Amino acid sequence: MDIYEPFQQVSMWGDSFKVEGGLNSIASPMLLVNTSMENKSEFIPHEPRDSSGADQETTNKDDSKVLRRLAQNREAARKSRLRKKAYVQQLETSRLKLMQLEIEIGRARKQGMYTGNALDTSFMGSSETINPGVVAFEIEYGNWVEEQHRWNEELRNAFQTNASEVQLHLVVQSVLNHYSDLFRMKADAAKADVLYLISGVWKTSLERLFLWIGGSRPSQLLNLILPQLEPLTDQQIASINKLRLSSQQAEDALSQGLDKLQQSLVQDMAVDPLTAANHGFQMAIALEKFEGLEGFVSQADHLRQQTLIHMSRILSTHQAARGLLALGEYFHRLRTLCSLWTSRPCDSIMSPKITP
Amino acid sequence: MNQEKLMHYQVDPWNYYMMRVRRRRMEEEDEMERVMRIVSESAVVIFSSSSCCMCHAMKSLFCGMGVNTMVHELDQDSKGKQMEKTLMRLLATNSTTLPVVFIGGKLVGSMDTLLAFHVNGSLVPLLKQAGALWL
Repeated sequence: MDIYEPFQQVSMWGDSFKVEGGLNSIASPMLLVNTSMENKSEFIPHEPRDSSGADQETTNKDDSKVLRRLAQNREAARKSRLRKKAYVQQLETSRLKLMQLEIEIGRARKQGMYTGNALDTSFMGSSETINPGVVAFEIEYGNWVEEQHRWNEELRNAFQTNASEVQLHLVVQSVLNHYSDLFRMKADAAKADVLYLISGVWKTSLERLFLWIGGSRPSQLLNLILPQLEPLTDQQIASINKLRLSSQQAEDALSQGLDKLQQSLVQDMAVDPLTAANHGFQMAIALEKFEGLEGFVSQADHLRQQTLIHMSRILSTHQAARGLLALGEYFHRLRTLCSLWTSRPCDSIMSPKITP
Repeated sequence: MNQEKLMHYQVDPWNYYMMRVRRRRMEEEDEMERVMRIVSESAVVIFSSSSCCMCHAMKSLFCGMGVNTMVHELDQDSKGKQMEKTLMRLLATNSTTLPVVFIGGKLVGSMDTLLAFHVNGSLVPLLKQAGALWL
């Protein structure tokens, strides 16, 4: 669409405004304008006539008419360009909203419609504000989970076909890199909305049972995969015990730090109800604390990653591969169990709670 | 004295500037010496802030391991701001970095470095070497 040909453009817009369903409300103001523009489409610029004495006045009048009409035309063209810009922006916003709604519906289907809280839009954004960082994370995480499933298959395959040490090592490294990707994604999501990340709504409800600062407890995962790693040398057993102890100590320390942060947040919010002043000031102080939250999430993920890396160094390639397979399989079973749970039959027909 | 400074500035700006730079360098060295003196006084020294929750986490970590630490609350120290700047220079970072821990008089770093050391098993030997841990 060439914006310097406003007349043709207007008639083309008229056609494109008859769009499906929801966008009509956006389009209708345009339609109103459209009709007023059509009146001007009849405009043909006057050639200024040759001026002669008697015609001087009329020429001047014609000139001024011409100038006025040109000016009006310029104005109208400018306004229509601005309206086009606004329309395109609204389209973009609607597109993002559509994506966010699709994600929520997908999640609702997975977790069962009755978990009304899962449809809480406050993380994605209310109808006015969308958090693109959160939307991006949801999409990326969905892809990550699928790829994790593929890597598990790859590991299983490697065992069944008795792959060489070198090949197994490659797969192990790739899986470790895949986990690194997850930590990087989580860091970005924490910057976008730390409360979203730390609350774990992006995980299935069963995984959330074991939530610790926006993810799993490293010591718990260690205990989980330990039986799969036998036989272990004495030195390996000693190293693993030390690792388990240190990660437990680190987890306790971070938990205590986070508790202190929560306490201070509560104190910030607990105002004397009789003195309503300084409300905004306290809010500002509380908002600063969210940066502290980001720090804890960052340290927790750092701990997870370091535990994973150190574990892979203690173990042989074969053991590491078995451990990673066990880990992936564990999460897969958790998710499967969760969807079984949410799709279990109930006595009465479940009606979906519609949250406003 | 102000009058003198004014004249300096007007008459010989470059010399004046160099004088200020030298003075600042000397102050920085003094601060560094002060920090080094503090960290050599105890096996484990934590620079912290009483309101910082990550500092609380670090203190809890050492406490949970049975290690006695000397804690310097910079927000309660009159020269706290300068010390914090010195620490930032040591860690080569522009953002506020508390908590910072020194073990055996040597810089270890922030919480993430400490956790990494603990996970890979090098923290306990370091503490034993500094005499902060016995077993």
